[in-house]
Amino acid sequence: MAGTGTAHLRAPEDALLRVEDLVVEFHTGRNQTVHAVTDVNLDVLPGETLGLVGESGCGKSTTGKAIMQLPSPTSGKVVFEGTDLTSLGAKELRQVRTKLQMIFQDPISSLNPRRKVEDIVAEGLDIWKRGSRAERSEKVDEMLLTVGLDPDVARGRRPFQFSGGQCQRISIARAVITDPQLIVCDEPVSALDVSVQAQILNLLEDMKAQYGLTMIFIAHDLAVVKNISDRVAVMYLGRLCEVGDPDVLYAQPAHPYTSALLSAIPVPDPDVRPDARQTLGGEIPSPLSPPSGCRFRTRCPKADEQCRDEVPVMRKVADDQFVACHHPLAPGEVVTTVSLAGASA
Amino acid sequence: MTDPVTDPAPTVAEPEVGVDDLDVAIQDDHSLDLPTVAPGEVLLEVEDLHTTFSSPRGPVLAVRGISFELRRGRTLGIVGESGSGKSVLSRSVMGLMPSNATRSGSVRFAGNEILNAKPKVMRGYWGDQMSMVFQDPMTALNPVLRIEQQITESLHEHIDLSKKQAHDTALQLLTSVGIPEPDRRLRMYPHEMSGGMRQRIMIAIALACGPKLLFADEPTTALDVTVQAQILDLLQSMQRDRQMAMILVTHDLGVVAGRAHDIAVMYAGRIVEQAPSKALFGAVRHPYTEALLRSIPKLEMAKHTKLDAIGGRPPDLVHLPEGCKFAPRCAYAQDVCLVEDPELTPDPADPTHLFACHFPVSGVGTAVPTPVAVAAPVSSSPAPAPIDPEVSA
Repeated sequence: MAGTGTAHLRAPEDALLRVEDLVVEFHTGRNQTVHAVTDVNLDVLPGETLGLVGESGCGKSTTGKAIMQLPSPTSGKVVFEGTDLTSLGAKELRQVRTKLQMIFQDPISSLNPRRKVEDIVAEGLDIWKRGSRAERSEKVDEMLLTVGLDPDVARGRRPFQFSGGQCQRISIARAVITDPQLIVCDEPVSALDVSVQAQILNLLEDMKAQYGLTMIFIAHDLAVVKNISDRVAVMYLGRLCEVGDPDVLYAQPAHPYTSALLSAIPVPDPDVRPDARQTLGGEIPSPLSPPSGCRFRTRCPKADEQCRDEVPVMRKVADDQFVACHHPLAPGEVVTTVSLAGASA
Repeated sequence: MTDPVTDPAPTVAEPEVGVDDLDVAIQDDHSLDLPTVAPGEVLLEVEDLHTTFSSPRGPVLAVRGISFELRRGRTLGIVGESGSGKSVLSRSVMGLMPSNATRSGSVRFAGNEILNAKPKVMRGYWGDQMSMVFQDPMTALNPVLRIEQQITESLHEHIDLSKKQAHDTALQLLTSVGIPEPDRRLRMYPHEMSGGMRQRIMIAIALACGPKLLFADEPTTALDVTVQAQILDLLQSMQRDRQMAMILVTHDLGVVAGRAHDIAVMYAGRIVEQAPSKALFGAVRHPYTEALLRSIPKLEMAKHTKLDAIGGRPPDLVHLPEGCKFAPRCAYAQDVCLVEDPELTPDPADPTHLFACHFPVSGVGTAVPTPVAVAAPVSSSPAPAPIDPEVSA
């Protein structure tokens, strides 16, 4: 993985959002550069949910924030409805931002603890001075009701009086109230219990249908991403590995990294012996000096010289399945077990 | 790790295996005069344990009458949502309690009652006899001490070692938990390492004195899936090699499924279902366990499958409802459930399978089919699995 290329992109005129050659770098002291995101190409069609998965440090959240221009990427284009957001001035960007919203991972710290739920949810309306007082109040009640909170109880309370799942519902209400077109959800269920996670995932699906939303759903849990996404993109160390329809991609992963990620998921079945499954050895390398060629090669059992020298380019392996790998897995092939000892050897 | 596995289910004690090279550290040289507990014998007995915290709103009933026993060489998985009391339970057993907590009941370790032991006595147990791997390796390590000092702290406390011996033991420990370049790592500070490495350090610290009982309190919640698999494999192999008893606390049924011998599901401070791992997943009896399993998104499901979420929230531990505490969220609840709290009783068909429910579910197998990426065919349980709308790979 860790590839480049645009084979997986659809026609630019169909896409609501198109990200081209996105690069995000951060300069640290001592003349070092963190290569957080390198040459990422993505597109999202209207009404589609794109799932972005990968381990911590793979650049998935940075990609989400770069799309929102928080901050603007180092280079590359973020084309939203035909407009390149990176070329806009502050004033124009502010106008466009009403159509983009974000839901954050930690529902409790992303809500201002001093403010009432009513004011938190209505903030988008207040900033744009939309509607009268009565309309504002009506809209807030409608949103709270839609996300499954009783407006009469919730309106006057403050975030600490709610559980994590309820706070995430408030975040969703806040994000949807300005009628956005695109919502970037950055690990919205990672901090929640499984039972609450299911409630929030169902809620996001309902909201998407009701308000015609387009979503970018960032998460590290492949099962969660599959559940909610129309298309999945797997990232590793700042580059894309594999993009495709989740049903295809999960049944037949072509990238060794996707395959390893899938098999690392614990299965609630004692007959599946965890040790019998392949474990990915080692850890994600430092983005300060990512490996040459394919960035996954240092942990990949199939890596060879070509992987060291050439950055793999995205190519089509099946209908709506694209992989950036020199040696994609054949159907049914499983990567050889990489033992934990590999890390210490 | 990739060494061949023993089936997690056998009830017969396995023979002493994997004599470690850590003989310095794990010799039974401690100030406590405890009888030796052979593998397979009962090491820990907990009886009717209650833990209550005083709070401005009234007493918080965090653990409400829990009994279990744990044999040496076995792993008990404790599963529950946040607020179910699972972490409080392991801390209550270990005696790591804040001053506003009161405990009652009985906790016997190798036959000795330790529930109301003074901290001075407990110091003899902590690290040496029982130790804990905490959830967050970022905060559980001391940021201003080098790794070596943190590992050797308990060695110096419990075992009379020279500096050189302690250093060598620390080196061996780091090697055994799979840390590359152990010599260099010993001189590092926690912030110089990744989360997975820090969790390995936590495990090395917990294992330093060769404890008989290891608590792992959500050891992988803060880690990525690939690293989570590595850490769970490591814990399992350490437990097997040293014939420790282990309590693995988690909110994820998937984490304990193949790794714990027995599983206890907690809800509102009580065990609601307890059984050997295979029996539990083969025939779930408590509606809560069933609902938990159903709410997990599974890889086999087609995209956009509507999840069976459990409505509502766990009860407030200050104002618990009458009757069965799960009844307000339970799909099968009847009038009697709202009045009478069911006792934890054995299944007549299988006495090792305990559950607390007036209307247990029929015991339909919940074993999910093999995940798509796994090559080896695994026979799923013979019982039909209607709750898994599986998509054949």
